[in-house]
Amino acid sequence: MKRKIRILIAKPGLDGHDRGAKYIARALKDAGYEVIYTGIRQSPEAIAQSAIQEDVDFVGLSLLSGAHNELFPEVVQRLRRQGADNIIVFGGGVIPEEDIPQLEKQGVEAIFTPGTPIKDVIQFITTNEIRLTH
Amino acid sequence: MLANEVLEGKIRSIARAISWIENDHEGKEELIDALYPHCGKAIVWGVTGPPGSGKSSLVDHLIYRLREAGKKVAVIAVDPSSPFSGGAILGDRVRMQRHATDEGVFIRSMASRGHLGGVAGGTADAIKVLDAAGFDVILIETIGVGQTEIEVIELADLVLLVLVPGMGDEIQALKAGVMEIGDIFVINKSDRDEADKLKAEVEYVLGFKAMDEHSAKNPVLMTSAKLNVGIDELLDAVETYLQTILHNGRLEEKRRQRVALEIKHILAGKIENELQQFIQNDERMDEWIQNVFNHKRSPYALINENFKKFLEEYKKP
Repeated sequence: MKRKIRILIAKPGLDGHDRGAKYIARALKDAGYEVIYTGIRQSPEAIAQSAIQEDVDFVGLSLLSGAHNELFPEVVQRLRRQGADNIIVFGGGVIPEEDIPQLEKQGVEAIFTPGTPIKDVIQFITTNEIRLTH
Repeated sequence: MLANEVLEGKIRSIARAISWIENDHEGKEELIDALYPHCGKAIVWGVTGPPGSGKSSLVDHLIYRLREAGKKVAVIAVDPSSPFSGGAILGDRVRMQRHATDEGVFIRSMASRGHLGGVAGGTADAIKVLDAAGFDVILIETIGVGQTEIEVIELADLVLLVLVPGMGDEIQALKAGVMEIGDIFVINKSDRDEADKLKAEVEYVLGFKAMDEHSAKNPVLMTSAKLNVGIDELLDAVETYLQTILHNGRLEEKRRQRVALEIKHILAGKIENELQQFIQNDERMDEWIQNVFNHKRSPYALINENFKKFLEEYKKP
């Protein structure tokens, strides 16, 4: 069996700054992952549905508008509600330090702020791969 | 059981089933065997064309119109895997995301994973999953093709070949490759200069084909996915074409050929796998390599001499 890790990279919210999301997508591709990119201005519902249809292992959310406290946990909840709680959610963007513990508590398992080396993101994925069940 | 959930149309299970196929999961064959009796109802459209011709945007419009007509639509969008890292960026969805929350639409991105031919190796089985799950129309969007990636013809009931103005003389080069697999020709980005010229060129090339074939004439349509122009005409042309090939027996013939090809593929693949293992374990191999390497023997003479014996040994229980 040739298992490939699949990762959805999505931008919820209204800002159109997708450089960070595209940078991550590209870097993960170069690290050998299959990255599904949804583009900007996606609703949490659209992100959750896409993640399920694509049967991804991880969802990476990027947001720079400041609405992360609402939108990130909403994606997690929508996934859980549909029984897709196996999907691991992480986030990135301009996110104040003090918001991170609360986000983590709500199931956003890691937050990568600007300037994070890409190897940290890959490290996060490789350490969590072991939890993948199928 | 996964197969039952697919038949019930459960989205997560359909998605998981396609992953099983992509990953060559040990339960894959049993799954397909369970689904196969429920297959054969969906119509499969291939959408192919060079990179940047607007396939994804066109597919987005097709989904929209098909939904208006009350059809359940599934899309398999294939993008290439990197030959270096094995990774991929699958970005066709971006153009179709307005359908992400529509329960009558299922969109799945597949990476080619080294498979040549413009589609992923698992596409044929993924089609079966979607067919069994009750989708009426399955759209296969190939990777951006050059001249030889024509495998979609082995999967689809009809193929839309999407072309764009500005390719210059490339249309000439395409003559011998993808031009031969289109059932319906779509000149997309028709708002651009030279769209009319391209249409004339395509019709000119198709004129040669029509001279020595008696099959249905290939329609040439002009669309602009950006401006949402020509989509209804395209759908009408598809419908007419489907009716024609349904009534003249061409569709049935195509599907029969597809089954024949698939059976041969599966059988040849299994034989190949088994033979590979047999060859790997052959202790004479080192000696043969040495002899050919030293130029004591020529490869053909050596193999021909041993081939019969080899097959006899293989047949022994």
